[in-house]
Amino acid sequence: MIGIGIAKGLVQTARNLLGTYTDKDRLPTIEYPEERQALTEATRQFPFLVHDGDDPAKGLRCVACQICEKECPPKCIYIVKSRDKRVDYKGQMQFYPATFDIDYSVCMSCQICVEVCPFESIKMDTEFEFSTADRFRGLLFDKHRLAKSDAHYHRIHPTDAAESDAVMAAERAKAEAKAKADAEAKAKAAAAKLAPTPAASPEAQMEAPKPGSDTPTMPM
Amino acid sequence: MASLDQIFVALKDWLVAFVPVALQPLAGALLSIVAIMAVFPGIFALTTVVERKLLARFQNRPGPNRVGIPLTKIRLAGFGQFAADGIKSLTKEDIVPRNADRIVHFVAPFVLVAPAFLSLSVVPVGRNMAALDFRETGLLFFFAVGAATELSVFMAGWSSRNKYSLLGAMRGIAQMLSYELPLILSSLVVVMMAGTLSLATIAERQSGVQWGVVHSWHVFTPWGFAGFLIFLTAACAESNRTPFDLPEAESELVAGYFTEYSGFKFALFFLGEYLGMFAISGVAITLFLGGWNAPFTFLDWVPSWMWFFGKLVGFILFFIWLRATLPRLRVDQLMDLAWKFMLPMSLVNLVVAGVWHLAASWPHLLRWPLCVAILALPYWLLSRGFQTRFKTRTYRFAEESRPAPATAAAGP
Repeated sequence: MIGIGIAKGLVQTARNLLGTYTDKDRLPTIEYPEERQALTEATRQFPFLVHDGDDPAKGLRCVACQICEKECPPKCIYIVKSRDKRVDYKGQMQFYPATFDIDYSVCMSCQICVEVCPFESIKMDTEFEFSTADRFRGLLFDKHRLAKSDAHYHRIHPTDAAESDAVMAAERAKAEAKAKADAEAKAKAAAAKLAPTPAASPEAQMEAPKPGSDTPTMPM
Repeated sequence: MASLDQIFVALKDWLVAFVPVALQPLAGALLSIVAIMAVFPGIFALTTVVERKLLARFQNRPGPNRVGIPLTKIRLAGFGQFAADGIKSLTKEDIVPRNADRIVHFVAPFVLVAPAFLSLSVVPVGRNMAALDFRETGLLFFFAVGAATELSVFMAGWSSRNKYSLLGAMRGIAQMLSYELPLILSSLVVVMMAGTLSLATIAERQSGVQWGVVHSWHVFTPWGFAGFLIFLTAACAESNRTPFDLPEAESELVAGYFTEYSGFKFALFFLGEYLGMFAISGVAITLFLGGWNAPFTFLDWVPSWMWFFGKLVGFILFFIWLRATLPRLRVDQLMDLAWKFMLPMSLVNLVVAGVWHLAASWPHLLRWPLCVAILALPYWLLSRGFQTRFKTRTYRFAEESRPAPATAAAGP
């Protein structure tokens, strides 16, 4: 009969209305500025640069290889390579970014820069409250604002940070093994040079500085 | 308590006495106008907030709860929202389409608001508290003025030069004309039984006592109850409230006939619609729910105007509840409901009222079942017709494109 369905519906909506005052499940809204939801570990917002140690200027993992700059779909990364080199975590001489800017107003949070980085140096942050009155300078982040410590990375994404550490430890072990092998080869060559033929020396001299300047190639 | 009941009447008399005798009728009229212009838009302002908050709650949201007193931390649970909305609509740009009929476009919102105020003026909001008490034509005046809103709807839709506006206006006209008939026929029952068109007299007639403590509201009779339900449904349609909001269906017609209105004119349309709802609720209260009468004799000490406004608030809340519950009807369903269900039922109700009147001397045990039976039988027959028409829907194309179950899984 006409009306029974309407009555049923009215009862249903009334239960919903009254339930919002008693049942937490019926009013799931979190009123944001005052209340906050705990972020999940998978949260990713904008990229930041990881640095080891306490000094962001010295400890940046970035070697200014510019892969992320080339891969970035909206082209929001701007990098200027340094003229000099410095020692990285493996003890090798590397460039470092003289300028590293990310325009957060252009960034689309796609995480491709993180995917392509071979140095575990650019990662996604969970920070999202960047509202500013200056829409040009206010959202253009330079390397000082982008640099955040490894401890911060461990705090926001512990699983990923542990993986990064494992990768870096493996790289370091490889580099050390190679250095050791090179040193042994060098010692052997020196011993050989010392004994019978001094003519073999130019080859050994070419070989010697190589491990220091060896920049890892792009993983393709 | 009698003084509190008549406090506004006494106040008006006291104020009018300051004016020379020749001007006293004019001053009295002006005071009534001011009262109506202050009270009902005030209720409208609060209703907009309450409606938004309640609808939000119905949908498991908290609703507007931020706007309070500016420059302070006081939030008033969001009840400052109507002031913000009002200021916004007042300061917004008033856009008129280039091809619109400018004069008609300008006049339409006022043509909607003026009849709404006029129809509020005949509603008795308390004992001796009707601004315009037409002893012979009160209800007739209400329906005549109420019909003018249809003109405004079509003026707005036609002058906007917009297909959505025109479609909304067409729908509005069709709906309002269709539902005017059950509306008037269901209220005609009350006129038959009360023997008067004066709304104040109809309200007074319901102050009798039956069953010991209960006031003899018309809704406590078979014809009154049926008439009340028909009137309520038709009132919903007349005021374009949600199961019948086809003229301004947001999902189909942007905003219907006031698509091309912005700023204060839009706010006027909004105001007009709500005032129309208050007026028709007020008439429903007067005709069926005892007007300003208390439900029980032991509650008679509460002032009459409090009863009226209490019932009005009840009506507003019920309309909000309906809006949160029912989906919008389709145009053909709307017409079917009006012409194939409500019109026959209101005609049957006229017969029931006649039987009730003729059987006045019969014992209650005979009179009640007879009248209920006369109503229930066509109700059952008519709704059976609807049920056969609106069977469980089959989604033909969706069903056909679905892969055949079980047979595919049985394969290798």
